[in-house]
Amino acid sequence: MIATPPPSTGPIAPPPEIRDTSLNWIKKNLLTPWYNALITLAIAGLAGLVLNNFLRWAINLDGDPNKAQWNVIPANLAIFAVGRYPDEQYWRLWIALGIVAILAGLSWGVVARSVKLFSRNVLIGLAIAACICFLIPVPISPWRLLSVTMLGLVAGSAWLGQQLGRKVPQLGQYTSFAWLGSFLIYLWLLGGNLGLEPVRTGEWGGIMLTVFLAIISILLCFPIGVTMALGRQSELPVVRWFSVAYIEVIRGIPLIAILFMGQVIVPLFLPEGMRPDRVLRAVVGLTLFSSAYLAENVRGGLQSIPRGQEEAAQALGLNAPLTVSLVVLPQALKAVIPAIVGQFISLFQDTTLLSIVGLEELLGMSRSILANPNFIGRYAEVYLFVGVLYWFFCYAMSSGSRYVEKRLNTEHR
Amino acid sequence: MLNWRSLLLTALLAGSLAACATPPEKDSGAAGDGENTAATAEGSRLDVVKDRGRLICGVDGGIPGFSYVDEDSNYSGIDVDICKAVAAAVLGDADAVEYRKLDSTERFTALAGGEVDMLSRNTTWTISRDTSVGLEFAPTTFYDGQGMMVRADSGLETLEDFDGKSVCVEAGTTTELNLTDKMREAGVDPEVKTYQQADPAYQAYDDELCDGFTSDKSQLLARRTTLSDPEAHILLDVTMSKEPLGPVTINNDSAWFDVVKWVTYGLIEAEELGITSENVSEMEGSDDPTVRRFLGAEGELGEGIGLESDFMVNAIEAVGNYSEVYERNLGKDSQFKLDRGLNALWTDGGLLYAPPFR
Amino acid sequence: MTFNQEHSIPFWRDDRFWKIALQVIAVVVVAAFASLLLYNLNINMQRAGLKFGFDFLDNQASFDILDSVAPYSAIDETYKSVFPYSPTDNYARVLQAGLVNSLLIMVSGIILTTIVGIIIGVFQFSDNWLLRKGSELYIEVVRNTPLLLQLFFWYSAVFSQLPRPKERLDFFGALYLSKRGIFMPWPATNPLLWFSLGLIIVGVAGGIWLWFWRTNLIVEKGQSGQTQLWGLWAIALTLIVVILFGLGWAFPHELTLDPSQFDARDTERFAACVAETYQVENLSNPTSEANLALYSKCLWTGNFEYGLRLSLEFAALLVGLVIYTAAFIAEIVRAGIQSVAQGQWEAARALGLHSDSTMRLVVFPQALRVIIPPLNSQYQNLAKNSSLGAAIAYAELYNVANTTYNQSGRPIDVMLIIALTYLSINMVISLTMNAFNRAVQLKER
Repeated sequence: MIATPPPSTGPIAPPPEIRDTSLNWIKKNLLTPWYNALITLAIAGLAGLVLNNFLRWAINLDGDPNKAQWNVIPANLAIFAVGRYPDEQYWRLWIALGIVAILAGLSWGVVARSVKLFSRNVLIGLAIAACICFLIPVPISPWRLLSVTMLGLVAGSAWLGQQLGRKVPQLGQYTSFAWLGSFLIYLWLLGGNLGLEPVRTGEWGGIMLTVFLAIISILLCFPIGVTMALGRQSELPVVRWFSVAYIEVIRGIPLIAILFMGQVIVPLFLPEGMRPDRVLRAVVGLTLFSSAYLAENVRGGLQSIPRGQEEAAQALGLNAPLTVSLVVLPQALKAVIPAIVGQFISLFQDTTLLSIVGLEELLGMSRSILANPNFIGRYAEVYLFVGVLYWFFCYAMSSGSRYVEKRLNTEHR
Repeated sequence: MLNWRSLLLTALLAGSLAACATPPEKDSGAAGDGENTAATAEGSRLDVVKDRGRLICGVDGGIPGFSYVDEDSNYSGIDVDICKAVAAAVLGDADAVEYRKLDSTERFTALAGGEVDMLSRNTTWTISRDTSVGLEFAPTTFYDGQGMMVRADSGLETLEDFDGKSVCVEAGTTTELNLTDKMREAGVDPEVKTYQQADPAYQAYDDELCDGFTSDKSQLLARRTTLSDPEAHILLDVTMSKEPLGPVTINNDSAWFDVVKWVTYGLIEAEELGITSENVSEMEGSDDPTVRRFLGAEGELGEGIGLESDFMVNAIEAVGNYSEVYERNLGKDSQFKLDRGLNALWTDGGLLYAPPFR
Repeated sequence: MTFNQEHSIPFWRDDRFWKIALQVIAVVVVAAFASLLLYNLNINMQRAGLKFGFDFLDNQASFDILDSVAPYSAIDETYKSVFPYSPTDNYARVLQAGLVNSLLIMVSGIILTTIVGIIIGVFQFSDNWLLRKGSELYIEVVRNTPLLLQLFFWYSAVFSQLPRPKERLDFFGALYLSKRGIFMPWPATNPLLWFSLGLIIVGVAGGIWLWFWRTNLIVEKGQSGQTQLWGLWAIALTLIVVILFGLGWAFPHELTLDPSQFDARDTERFAACVAETYQVENLSNPTSEANLALYSKCLWTGNFEYGLRLSLEFAALLVGLVIYTAAFIAEIVRAGIQSVAQGQWEAARALGLHSDSTMRLVVFPQALRVIIPPLNSQYQNLAKNSSLGAAIAYAELYNVANTTYNQSGRPIDVMLIIALTYLSINMVISLTMNAFNRAVQLKER
């Protein structure tokens, strides 16, 4: 059964492929030898059975109470997206999303400045996304229009980014800084104050809170994680012991216990009167947790830098801090970008644990919806929907990072 | 190529350091202005609340009649009205309340950590909570007893029938402990399923994962309305414990505790004196010295607890007297139609009795 | 005049000075930070009247926890947890019970997830297109959705939707599934059991030894190994017989009501049940022989005896953890197999080895070296993720500790216990896997 060696990755070019007819393909991949035919039959039968049952349950046109009742999704779409954020302040979120769209478009345009921007696949993708945006059953009418506008913003600024990127080569740097700088604007738009009506974090929720928690935690864990990674590699025994202790203790404890510490125990360690907000405490827990994992990832990068680099930097007269910050760290961080993206994806998934400590991020919000007397017992529908959302975000991130990784690698060759 | 990239990465790193040093303060500043108001260790919560201009009140948020938050984030219920009364008495504004939804498992640490100023979250008064958990219990606002809800067609009638059956309960509650005691007393050994949060616990009961659900009777009645088929469930005719429920503050802060205590008593006293939210302004001009003193038209009762002398006027205008609060949320004017029972005034054969206001 | 180099360097440019100074600074900063936190903690705990210390562990816990893995005990005539606990026991005992529940899920989870993960991982090299794509789909779906969501799905949307006890699913009288739990066969405790278990251990050890001996003979001496193969078959057959008949499997057995013990209320209930189930009103003599045979469904109590009872919470957590972790292990196995150079496959084929011998003798031993280190961290992840059982009411360590802290008001103490316990569990896993890793690493001359 196991006879195919993995595809060769060596320098020898593979033999030219023989084009199969579809019948040959089926015979080769599904039917020979005889036991493969049996396996094919068994899998196809099982898949057919599952799919049949699922479709019978999922497609419910006559309102059968034993089948799926999907109305729970459209009725709560706004709650899934932003939780209990006040309706009259939604415009702020749209502006924030608009900025994200413009920046995303610009970055895309700059990265892809040397290739054709709107290839056929991209156009098809955009058309599908536009259709989805237009078809989503949103109760509030401007939503559809606005979401299509967002797509338009992405496409438009991508074109702009490409044109500008060809003229101004440093644009890549500027967009990176714009991303960081825009973060403060999002915070202001979301939280209010300074001229906007304040919205308490208790009213943040849904996808908005999930994305916010994941992004702010990964950003905040960078300084701690990198420090710990450097500390662990340090020649100074005391610094090394502290770093090792921190990393190993955090990595040895379940995240839920750390979040619980963040929610319950951290306030006990702070001076009286200083009571960080609940979302902030969640961020503290997530940051402490992910910085230990980041430290291990960065350590992998540090170990991959040849010693010669450091020696060369010393020979040039750089002192230790400069060697680390200008020579070693940039290379090490670049080497571990894929690992960091992977960590971000798992952090994104780990934010679900905050629903156990009472935050209403996407999963917590769906649990609140399930407790609503009108939607009792609609577990399968809600969990499937939320699962598809998570899957979409995570899959998009991982395939996006693979794509970027490939591009970066070829550029350097 | 490689060079500017590495520079950029370093800059990114430095940027994230710089950018992220600011967000947390900004975040908390935007989120809960005044929460970081430093208070000295000797200062009272009362001053903190006054400085902040807002009361932070820990509630359950999931029990219709006690504290329930609807789709539009409006809070209602008897527990919520107590919060409003305190806010009205202290700050003169019944809407200056921020509600925090708290689990039964996190409520005490939230209070001890100062995250909330007071709990109004159907919390049972027990000696161990009063002494070793570090709480201070204001007067009981609802006298309850623990009951058991079962499906009407289950054939379960007494606790003795529960041998080998299963019971769902919320973790960290007194009901969890009482259940164990009463079942041992009845000589049976049911299977106990403990849930960390209330919603999943009731969902499990609704999914028939357990044969019974035990909690305070009022809570069971209220929660029954949120089950998929409320009519299919009955409460057994057993009372497993005494459950006096009331607001809670932290230990060793008598100034703040006095405020919560006397505002609660004030609602009861107002019913006794016949003062309602409608007639409170007329009553201020009453000739009865007890009423005049109570409403602050005469004497300086409020000064002793650090409030305006007419603090009860604000509270009563906002929520009414105890009878109004009760009938609106649990009694005649609500969907539950609960009798006053033990929760009537002492003059009507109940247990409510306010010490004199003088 | 001598030129003294020591004095020509100012101390702030001396490496040795900075090495010591940095460490002193690190110690001072950490110590200052820690003492500030402890100072605040002390004040906060005093203010709230909280105490610190482990003396509370001796106090009576007075809350009950769910028995999840409970074999039938013939002496007590009931299903009894593998680690009996009653509410009259103290907090220490209830925490131990939680630990036992955690260990049960960790051990069974690690064993099952390894098996499933390796199978799925190897599937990705199958000739069969459907099998290959199917396992890829599984991995992509499972890895990209959060574990907690999957657990909720398994618990609420699958296991909670099992039929009521009366309509339980019955698999050949051996396995019963319903909302009451899962009832399955289990070896009965008797002297024969221990003898059989000993036999199994000896058999497995002998089999492994024979296997290595045979491989050695084939590889080193070029013998056919036919005799040894017969020996292996004989051992396998014996083991199967012992496992089937020597362990004294007890099958779960449904209990029915005894009509001779009926009182008035029972008779009334029986009649009501018949009226509802069979649409027969006014049963004249409910306890007559004919009626009992006819209406046997109404005599059914929903109780069982013998075998093993698993709670739905245990089942949902186990299934969720196994399916989630297996996807990661499958990826590790795939990467491990891919890491073996192409030339190894070709060389093995040139030597005339079968495809399964190539896998077993050439590829897998080499892949194992790449597989074991990441496998170690997956096992640790599974152990840590078992704490998510708290979200679906499984009484594992974190769940029990959470209740304990609530009823006793000791957040710090309980938290310390949790942290230390999980740290030691992970250390044990790590040490075991590292020892195993050393055993399979290339022994270079």
